[in-house]
Amino acid sequence: MTRTNPVRVVIVDDHRLFRSGVRAELGDSVEVVGEADDVASAVAVVSRTAPDVVLLDVHLPGGGGVEVLRQLLPALPDVRFLAVSVSDAADDVIGTVRAGARGYVTKTISGAELAAAVNRVADGDAVFSPRLAGFVLDAFAATDVPSIDPELDALTAREREVLRLIARGYAYKEIAKELFISVKTVETHVSSVLRKLQLSNRHELTRWATDRRLV
Amino acid sequence: MPPTRPPLSPAGLTPTLTRATQGQLVAGVARGLATHLRVNVLVVRLAFVALTFAAGAGFAMYAAFWVFVPPQSSESAARGRRLDGRGQYVAIAALTVGGVLVVQSLGLGLPGELLWPLALTGFGAAVLWRQADEAQRASWRNAATGRGGRSASITTLGGAALVVAGAAVFLIYQGQLDQVRNGLLASVVIIAGVAVITGPWWLGTLRELSAERRARIREQERAELAAHLHDSVLHTLALIQRHVDDPREVQRLVRGQERELRSWLYRPAADHTQDFGGALEQAVADVEDAHRVTIETVVVGERKLDEGLLAMVQAAREAMINAAKHAGGAAISVYAELDAAKATVFIRDRGRGFDAAAVPSDRLGVKESIIGRMERHGGKAIVRSSPGFGTEIQLEMATAMARS
Repeated sequence: MTRTNPVRVVIVDDHRLFRSGVRAELGDSVEVVGEADDVASAVAVVSRTAPDVVLLDVHLPGGGGVEVLRQLLPALPDVRFLAVSVSDAADDVIGTVRAGARGYVTKTISGAELAAAVNRVADGDAVFSPRLAGFVLDAFAATDVPSIDPELDALTAREREVLRLIARGYAYKEIAKELFISVKTVETHVSSVLRKLQLSNRHELTRWATDRRLV
Repeated sequence: MPPTRPPLSPAGLTPTLTRATQGQLVAGVARGLATHLRVNVLVVRLAFVALTFAAGAGFAMYAAFWVFVPPQSSESAARGRRLDGRGQYVAIAALTVGGVLVVQSLGLGLPGELLWPLALTGFGAAVLWRQADEAQRASWRNAATGRGGRSASITTLGGAALVVAGAAVFLIYQGQLDQVRNGLLASVVIIAGVAVITGPWWLGTLRELSAERRARIREQERAELAAHLHDSVLHTLALIQRHVDDPREVQRLVRGQERELRSWLYRPAADHTQDFGGALEQAVADVEDAHRVTIETVVVGERKLDEGLLAMVQAAREAMINAAKHAGGAAISVYAELDAAKATVFIRDRGRGFDAAAVPSDRLGVKESIIGRMERHGGKAIVRSSPGFGTEIQLEMATAMARS
């Protein structure tokens, strides 16, 4: 991390207790410049403060995290969003990431890990929790339907390996060591998976996520 | 009581007379009677046919039974062999034509211009009654959803049209259409007037009914939710308050409750215990509960359990227990991947780790319950461990299809 100033963060969550908890856990590692508790206030606060990273709850009054992303991303392309949620539902997770979030972590994440994730997202990288990695592996393996854009619609063998190791609970440093590559290369692979996840217009991705809810 | 058997009367001897809703040809009268009288259904049907030659008595009896005997209110009415709708219409049409022919051949003196309109009306009426049966059954089957509503209303309209057409043809043949036209017109005007006057009331009642039903469903859902939260969340909260001094117990309670609530929220209804993923998650839940650890589980792919996979789940469970003993508080990661060729499970802890070579090879825990169990079922287990990294146990097994 080469930045000199602490990362500026806005916390968007409709539970006040959770916001203050995150604020306390993040401590001095980042600078919390604002809080919001619904879609409208999130749009207002983020537009006003233009933070580096927005910690975005998936379930929000007024349309959810997806709605916040839809309203803010076109106007503020430099703001990075990290989805934080208690939800295990695939359509919540995949939906938010496809709407433009650069990562997804669950609310049970420890303070140190959250701070690391915030910094990673601020540097333009992606953050995948083990569960998100599992969802992506599942979704991209789901069908053999001929794809429209082979480059976007399939993962490379290396990307799969990286995702598997994330799902197995490996930290980026451990993944790098395991695969004999640099941490930077691991980050590149993860960012590339994120790009495919967001841009692939395989309709199966969305359908898979919705179906999974019904299982 | 098995749902396929008709309900027994209070005495428990003779089944109550109902119209069968399974395996019937027309309205289930014959089959219902057969069940009631404990005779073969063919006997009853032949009796009806024979009686029909006695001045149409069988025909009239059948109609009377249809109207007055209630259909069997079985929950499983949809199950079992049943003629589909088209087959039944053919049966009704055949019955109508047969009835007409019998009446004619007996020379009961009905002139043709009277008979065929009557037959047409009769056929329409039969279709309408059958439709009413169908609607009643459907409402038993599924009170809330209005499935098949479209085709039902088409059938009803068709039946009504047949009855009206039959009546009209009758009047035309009789040459009395001119005379009744005024009367008909008056009737139509009166019916329209009544409809206009009472229409708002009918509409209001309908709306009230549906609003009431919606409210009732909502109330039911709320009660169910409240019951669930009471049994689970409130109970756990109370337990936590009594254990505030014991952080590990609180952790265990919270984790267990979280797991249960999640499975209730995100995977309703379906039974997963026969799936590999479901069985693995059950093992995770047991180990979390018994050893007060947190296990992060990710499962990719799904497969039904077989003997080999069951052994694999048990080996994974042993590995998790092993990890729980050595993890030292940090989270344990479990990752399972199932594809067409093989199933793989990784169990990893971030504990002290050990030098795998230095551990005596006869140590029962890992050797027998994990490695041995996997090998007996044609799989393998690989243990990787080093200080600073922790321990990872990898289980691998070719799937049944790939094995054979």
